[in-house]
Amino acid sequence: MAGNVDALYIFLIIVSGLMTLLIFTAVVYFAARYRHRRGVLAEQIEGSTPLELTWSIIPLGVFMVIFIWGAVVYFKERTPPRDSTEIYVVAKQWMWKLEHAEGQREINELHVPVDRDVKMIMTSQDVIHSFYIPAFRIKQDVVPGRYTVAWFRATKPGTYHLFCAEYCGTQHSGMIGSIVVMPPAQYEAWMTGGTMTGGTSGPLSVTGEKVFAELGCVTCHRSDAQGRGPNLQGLFGAPVKLEDGRTVIADENYVRESILDPGAKIVAGFKPVMPTFQGLVSEEQLNALVAYVKSLSKSASAGASSAAATPPSTNAPTQGSQVQ
Amino acid sequence: MSMATPTIQPVVRENYERENYLNKHYGVGSWLLTTDHKRIALLYLVSITFFFFIGGFFALLIRLELLTPASDLVQADTYNKLFTMHGMVMIFFFLVPSIPAVLGNFLVPMMIGAKDLAFPRINLLSWYLYIIGGVMMLHCMLTGGVDTGWTFYAPFSTAFTNTKIIEAGLAIFVAGFSSILTGLNFVVTIHRMRAPGMTWSRLPLFIWAHYATSIIQILGTPVIAITIVLVAAERALHLGIFDPKLGGDPLLFQHLFWFYSHPAVYIMILPSMGIISEIIACYSRKRIFGYSFVAFSSIAIAVFGFLVWAHHMFVAGISVYAALLFSLLSYAVAVPSAVKVFNWTATLYKGSIHYDAPMLYAFGFLGLFTIGGLTGLFLAALGIDVHVTDTYFVVAHFHYIMVGGAVMGYLGGMHFWWPKISGRLYPEGWAKLAALIVFIGFNLTFFPQFLLGYMGMPRRYADYSHMPEFQILNVFSTAGATILGVGYLLPMIYFLWSMRYGKPAPDNPWNAAGLEWMTPSPPTTFNFEQEPVVTWEAYNYDELDAPHKQEVPVVR
Repeated sequence: MAGNVDALYIFLIIVSGLMTLLIFTAVVYFAARYRHRRGVLAEQIEGSTPLELTWSIIPLGVFMVIFIWGAVVYFKERTPPRDSTEIYVVAKQWMWKLEHAEGQREINELHVPVDRDVKMIMTSQDVIHSFYIPAFRIKQDVVPGRYTVAWFRATKPGTYHLFCAEYCGTQHSGMIGSIVVMPPAQYEAWMTGGTMTGGTSGPLSVTGEKVFAELGCVTCHRSDAQGRGPNLQGLFGAPVKLEDGRTVIADENYVRESILDPGAKIVAGFKPVMPTFQGLVSEEQLNALVAYVKSLSKSASAGASSAAATPPSTNAPTQGSQVQ
Repeated sequence: MSMATPTIQPVVRENYERENYLNKHYGVGSWLLTTDHKRIALLYLVSITFFFFIGGFFALLIRLELLTPASDLVQADTYNKLFTMHGMVMIFFFLVPSIPAVLGNFLVPMMIGAKDLAFPRINLLSWYLYIIGGVMMLHCMLTGGVDTGWTFYAPFSTAFTNTKIIEAGLAIFVAGFSSILTGLNFVVTIHRMRAPGMTWSRLPLFIWAHYATSIIQILGTPVIAITIVLVAAERALHLGIFDPKLGGDPLLFQHLFWFYSHPAVYIMILPSMGIISEIIACYSRKRIFGYSFVAFSSIAIAVFGFLVWAHHMFVAGISVYAALLFSLLSYAVAVPSAVKVFNWTATLYKGSIHYDAPMLYAFGFLGLFTIGGLTGLFLAALGIDVHVTDTYFVVAHFHYIMVGGAVMGYLGGMHFWWPKISGRLYPEGWAKLAALIVFIGFNLTFFPQFLLGYMGMPRRYADYSHMPEFQILNVFSTAGATILGVGYLLPMIYFLWSMRYGKPAPDNPWNAAGLEWMTPSPPTTFNFEQEPVVTWEAYNYDELDAPHKQEVPVVR
């Protein structure tokens, strides 16, 4: 990823360097060549439409190349690969709380294996923050009330800066951390070693299942077709037909919204009877619930990774970051 | 130019003693109740200079804090207030009013051959609104200030800070009306009060630029006013607008905010472009190359400028398709800006170029605006923006446009028209020196910030002690800022000096085209003794410099 961004950056430096050189050379040359001399009058030139068109259309052409190149890089940055390792991120003033799908919790530190796609599903407990890893050239605002998504694939073991890039109050510049990229074997050892800054619990989906039972969700969302709420088996990543005729893809934001604001999107054939859980569940519990709902859609053979976590990218490349 | 030769000295003496807008009335009351656009321009000049130095003082403290990685000079909270107040003061109380309210106010009526603006009393009212807003801002700063950044992002501003958001918002709200009224006044004046023969195609490009600016002021400013009201409503009454906890949408705030605040950049830079056109024409002794393209590019910038706001939000959580559209439109707005630069460059071709101080500022503008504009291409490229947005790259970019571009143009214009404004000549040597110092200081301050940004230093960081690798470039930047500070102090000192000790200025010291130069220096209260009749095109330097011509016609 960093390579793609840098390639475009270097291209832009060359293009703008040439343009600067062209303009500066012309200005300096004209300024020197046509400096005021006694008795020599300026030659009045009205302008030239062909010239105007030339220097409008050529830059526009160059701009379009930059635009398309930039868009291609951006699309890649915004489309997490389907079987990424998932990390749930909760930002708050002024710390990063990161939880692996397997249950390992970290604060201001994220350990990831090298050469694996890592997808962050992020939300904020308070104000807007921004998850920024300069070395990987990725940045994504972390917005309260919704999930946004970012991903990266580290190619070299090492420790990299994690910054908050959106001003968030007094200790904004203290909301920093590190990304530790490890070789796979070392990473496995770390995962089981119990040295993580935030402790560990079982897999997030198991935690989610417990919450699901405790909050009584299970009484309506039964695993057969008899419940008062929709059956959640196989829901995640699938299209959902709504009462108002629309069809939406059940992504992280859909599940989240359905818990906090159940009336926003009513599934076709169901009544708006579900109460809101706004204020009753913490961000961490929400993440666990989302992970649980996801786990219900996994094929029997799926391992720790969530193959169905991402809907086909052609339909919704930014499932996590769309404005609702 | 050396037009002020001793031979015309006697005429000059007489100039100085005759009645003009400055000596017609004396006393504080004659200034505070004036409806003369030139006097109001001077009222604005004094007030915006005051705010410029306040904003500059904050900038100096910011740079001093960043000299060392640790947060040692001031505490984090204080630092956050410093960059917030720096931004608010500089943008709303210096840059937005700077050129339109000072030079625009002074020159728009004179350039089109009018006695005054269409609504002289509204013009005075707009200054009072500015002052009321300014006093409110000062009060807000003295009683605690604000720590949100000038961008007021919600929900931080509406629910998570206990600083003076509503007070600051109200100050900007009131000052905004001043901006709207000025724009309104200009649009009506330019439409209705042009002298006979002053057709649209004969207008100086300064007027075209101000016309475009006024449109943005009228259409854009109400949106920021509404946004401020909504922030206050959510903060005070807990109406759920932006805060998701209350059912609001934080991205809605950003859309509303940037819908004004992106076009606001053009409020700052367009008038400056107008000045540059006047200066380059005069000191090249030529009509601007491609007059109509330069004129219409101002309008194009004003129109396209309204359609690119979400390019500030590429990582905020907007959909990729929206990002795509706004990236494309951002490149569209870059074209008219590029066209202007090419036309100014082409104007130099076969000119007769003089290197007076205003021209040095214009050259400086060309250099800095080119760099600022080209780095805008980086930011509009989606893939790169993700990395460099909210870093020092952005800080460097917009300072190149808004300080390198707008302030260079403003200073160039102040020098160019100072003889007309004050009736005195500024010291040429000092002025050239100041232009050079500003140019060097500016680049030393802000160029390292491009590098810092690409290295990944986020903006608005009080403390970077975990990233000592950023220090060396910050040291350069702080060193540059002190040089830049000197460069800005110098003109203020010698302008003040020249008011008393400067050589009296002839009516047209640069032998420049334009109706304003056909008035006495300083002009009389109603500018022209009789309404001028325009029979020539703008920038008729061929006629002014024609060997058979003895003297420029002066209307008295």
